[in-house]
Amino acid sequence: MAECIDLNLKVNGTEYRASVHPFARLLDVLREDLRLTGTKEGCGEGECGACTVLLNGRVVNSCLVPAVQAQGAEVVTVEGLAEGENLSSLQAAFLTHNGAQCGFCTPGMLLSATDLINRCPNPSDDEIRDGLAGNLCRCTGYAKILDAVHSAAEREAAR
Amino acid sequence: MRGYLPDFDVRVPASLGEALELMAQAPGSYTPLAGGTDLMVVYNAGRLKPTHFLDLSRLAELRGTEEDATSLRFGALTTFTELRECRAVHQHFPNLVKSARATGALAIQNRGTLAGNIANASPAADTPPSLLAYGAELALVSPRGLRRVAYDQFHQGYKRLDMAADELLARIIVPKPLGRGFHYFRKVGTRQAQAISKTCLAAYARIEDGCVAELRIGLGSVAPAPVRARNAEAALLGKPLASLPVAAAREALLADMSPIDDIRATAHYRSVVTRNLLGQMLRELANA
Repeated sequence: MAECIDLNLKVNGTEYRASVHPFARLLDVLREDLRLTGTKEGCGEGECGACTVLLNGRVVNSCLVPAVQAQGAEVVTVEGLAEGENLSSLQAAFLTHNGAQCGFCTPGMLLSATDLINRCPNPSDDEIRDGLAGNLCRCTGYAKILDAVHSAAEREAAR
Repeated sequence: MRGYLPDFDVRVPASLGEALELMAQAPGSYTPLAGGTDLMVVYNAGRLKPTHFLDLSRLAELRGTEEDATSLRFGALTTFTELRECRAVHQHFPNLVKSARATGALAIQNRGTLAGNIANASPAADTPPSLLAYGAELALVSPRGLRRVAYDQFHQGYKRLDMAADELLARIIVPKPLGRGFHYFRKVGTRQAQAISKTCLAAYARIEDGCVAELRIGLGSVAPAPVRARNAEAALLGKPLASLPVAAAREALLADMSPIDDIRATAHYRSVVTRNLLGQMLRELANA
């Protein structure tokens, strides 16, 4: 029925081209066509945030984005946060403060937190909770994630 | 589990005119797609029937917010995030800001649209109670022209809308409240974020000479569609704030609801808690 489209995407600064079904999920395009498996699938219904990526600078659930709507877009995934061997301030803070346990929510959590600090450089507890409200973590109880985000925001502000 | 991809075709019209032409050629065979935050969930669950999607998300004609002296006119594709970030919405329609904040979380708010929230026609959607409270109107467009319909006449039953197969929702027009206003919005869900409401009540009242001069109450999750609480409104209209007939209004609200038991709450819970929301709203109104 539907023919494949030539999808052009800029992911983490690199241009990609893939022949995909127009209604394929951005999540599957990233994981299966581009082999960027850092982005995880949790619930598949926009509840858990494990598949969070930045699409044209905004956080989205990549399980709810059809490929056709990502045509020509810029995407940032967890693979794009570190610069070479150097972790981003947030990634380093998650390590220091034990903000990750099983790790499954972590890629999405990092993208939402990155977006939050971009929009709101010195966030309060409430602002962090609002920014991360769409990312569920079943391990940490969130307190250590809040610590990590505060610490990364302070480090960024001091730079 | 998921839908079978080849069953789903997507057309991307270059203009609103082209979208309307496609829909007119085969009325009822296209499913309009905007932010995808409802449709993709159904697709992922494997419960979406094979269809042709019409991707409206790139149509500039359906974007943007226009403000004039008497109203705000939201393009169909206005996102929840855009509502949250719009200064004029904060100034005139605080309930709409709260509705947008209560919808999913940020990733949903960045993609989901106001028109999608209306046309998806879930009784549990979070913006409809506020739109009812503010007396919103909808502008529907088709090859036959533009038609306006009062939002409180738009829902005609569960997922039944006053919208023809060749029509698209183009604009949502919300009149600016005049005079001394009172705004109330509260959604009750299992948790703050990412919860679908068990019940929701939004109200707008205009206060004049210490009395309720104008009042609209919108309810969510207590009927097959978002509804006005006309019986409760009638019990309160014209009454002085100093002696609001709270018990009579709570009693009247029973006739405005037809709640059911489902996975989120029981009919009894919804009935009791919605009346409690009205009670809280009236306590705040009495002190306004």
